[in-house]
Amino acid sequence: MAGPVASVRAWFDERFPLDDLKALAQKKKVPVHRYSYWYFLGGMTLFLFGVQVLTGALLLLYYRPGADEAFESVQFIMTQVQFGWLIRSVHSWSANLLVFMAFAHLFSVLFLRSYRKPRELTWVSGVLLLFLMLGFGFSGYLLPWNTLSYFATKVGTEIPAQIPIIGRPVLLFLRGGEDITGSTLTRLYGFHIAILPALATVLIGVHLALIQWFGMSVPPGVEAKWQAIPEDRKEIRFFPNFVLRELMAWYVALGLLGALAALFPWGLGVKADPFASAPAGIKPEWYFLFMFQTLKVIPAKVLGMDGEMLGILAFGVVGAVALLLPFLDREKPFKTRRWITGLACVFLGYMAVMTVDGWVAK
Amino acid sequence: MIKVRDSAPCRRGATIVVAIVVAAWLICSGLIAFAQTKNSCLDCHSNLPEPLGVSVETYGQNIHAQKGLTCAACHGGDASSDDPEKAMSRAAGWKGKIERKQTPELCASCHADAEMMKKYNPSLRVDQFQQYKTSVHGMKWAKGDNKVAVCTDCHGVHDLRAPSDPRSKVHPINIATTCSRCHADAEYMKPYGIKTDQFANYEQSVHHEAMVVRGDLSAPTCTTCHGNHGATPPGVANVTNVCSNCHVFQAQLFQTSPHKDAFAAMGFPGCVTCHSNHAIKAPTDEMIGAGPKAVCMNCHTAGDSGSMQAEAMHAQLTNLASAIAASDELLGRAERQGMEVSQPKLQQTQARDALLKARVAVHAFRDSELKRDTDGGLATTKLTHAAGEKAMQEWKFRRVGLGLSLVMIALTLVGLGFYIRSLEQK
Repeated sequence: MAGPVASVRAWFDERFPLDDLKALAQKKKVPVHRYSYWYFLGGMTLFLFGVQVLTGALLLLYYRPGADEAFESVQFIMTQVQFGWLIRSVHSWSANLLVFMAFAHLFSVLFLRSYRKPRELTWVSGVLLLFLMLGFGFSGYLLPWNTLSYFATKVGTEIPAQIPIIGRPVLLFLRGGEDITGSTLTRLYGFHIAILPALATVLIGVHLALIQWFGMSVPPGVEAKWQAIPEDRKEIRFFPNFVLRELMAWYVALGLLGALAALFPWGLGVKADPFASAPAGIKPEWYFLFMFQTLKVIPAKVLGMDGEMLGILAFGVVGAVALLLPFLDREKPFKTRRWITGLACVFLGYMAVMTVDGWVAK
Repeated sequence: MIKVRDSAPCRRGATIVVAIVVAAWLICSGLIAFAQTKNSCLDCHSNLPEPLGVSVETYGQNIHAQKGLTCAACHGGDASSDDPEKAMSRAAGWKGKIERKQTPELCASCHADAEMMKKYNPSLRVDQFQQYKTSVHGMKWAKGDNKVAVCTDCHGVHDLRAPSDPRSKVHPINIATTCSRCHADAEYMKPYGIKTDQFANYEQSVHHEAMVVRGDLSAPTCTTCHGNHGATPPGVANVTNVCSNCHVFQAQLFQTSPHKDAFAAMGFPGCVTCHSNHAIKAPTDEMIGAGPKAVCMNCHTAGDSGSMQAEAMHAQLTNLASAIAASDELLGRAERQGMEVSQPKLQQTQARDALLKARVAVHAFRDSELKRDTDGGLATTKLTHAAGEKAMQEWKFRRVGLGLSLVMIALTLVGLGFYIRSLEQK
């Protein structure tokens, strides 16, 4: 029976290979094993990024960047705009969950050693995306122009200034001048809504294309077992079986976001006053806390070098090692894999301890 | 042939002569300066017991010593001489111990000399002695009373510091204690027949709290109201003028009030009649009205027009204060629930300002004067209270919305679960 829907469908099929894509998705398989749940973390991160794009676009309808308007416009969104409080609160909570999920995804991939050949570029694009997410967090933090965000940005932009030669130009570039002013706000706003999203879109595209191309990685232990006993290999179809499961995970994330936004609405604080002194015990967002706390406790001089600069250098090295990790992983002759897992555990523990220490520190 | 002399030895000789002259001048001026600032008195007196002893440390903190004056500036003699006979010779003008009676005139010999004081501190006044002579202390001193305060009683003697030094006896924070050394001593003050509870009362006052507890050096102390060098108790007629130096609006309103003439006729000293003098407590709304703590009832009787006015004013103040407190409580509750109420909270400051103005307007003693402020304040609290109620309703709506959303999400999850199972069972 050729109804109007079928006619439209037929017209569409002639112009877009929807059936080919559907066939490809149904052909694609996702391995099932005891670590399969970790596969959902990447999808959850993508979902939260989507939430950020959607809520961010809605916030843009009312947000006005500028030292004289930013705080008031966020206040307007939260008090006068219908469901503005929900959009802003979801945006803030989702940002935090997104960073958490991105870290969790990174460590799950690391411990399952999914970065191995031929997925090195998938890993590199993922690590770059994590750095971008941190950049989103940093640039977005100042946008409400409240006391906490003002001084946290002041402290945050002072950190790269410690780097020899390029430190001061970096500080001037980030701040748009000597101090945190309206110029800093518009600059970070530009990064937050234009430059970083453009980069993220490209990288997410590359990341997803690579995942689709190479498929899901199977942990080496499971792979070896399946090679020994081929009948143990289990797989499900990507579409609809895996996608529906992923959808369930997204629903859970949506419920969690809604509950956090409604029960613990993100506060606005007090409008930033550049002439006021910094409030006591000022801290950055939790995901920068381990670095902040490290720079705080590191001695002024370590082996004759400036302690803070050494700390920044160390985090730079960690970042570089994280980025190039797949190229350092060699089974022979150094058995680096064990070392990588061990060091990742140590770093994860260090992050947790320093974050808690920074959280409870006065 | 003309013999030309070699000029080099001449130039060398001239240079040597100039060098000797300059060196001699430097040495002489150094010796003169040393002789001028040398204070040989301390060589002995720093080792003597009280009352003749003055430690080097005490003397070093003395403002006069810091300005380069020696003991001889007050005591006479020759402080540059190491010979006690010469240093303390009458020929050199040595006066020995300065009698209390001589103190004001001795201090005035410099401090009343404008030319002299300009050298040290051009902005320092030179009328202290003139003022002193108009003070109760000065008038009694002139009559030969040797117990009244002279300069050194308040400023100190050898440990005399600049009044801006917090260790000075006349630094604002120490003045009340300095005055109390005599004025709180019942035995000492007995011949004068005046009370000695001023300091004890002042210690209970809002002014003392501002000065000592909050460290507000602009808060009033004894000299703020009584004057310092010309210290006298303010009379009945001018108490209002004294208080109005700080409490300008209250005083202006009092001048327009029916109490002005009434108090004058009854000989009541303005502000002090209701607020007391030394024991001025932080005023409360209970001070006005017809209640047990109302000062109005000290003169008025229940039911008279004055007490009714007072009651009306009390009601206006308490109504506004209660409305502010109610809005504060509601907005605080909403804020604790995570609601954004910073705007109505900011508006609350307008209501608080209105209450403050109304409390000042009380001094006109007409309820119509308060009404403008209290009505404005009440209108503001109405808005802030409405904002608080709206925030709480919104909070309840969010909870219900969250509950419904979670139920829908849970149902969708269950549905998806069943659908996946049925899909995989096929």
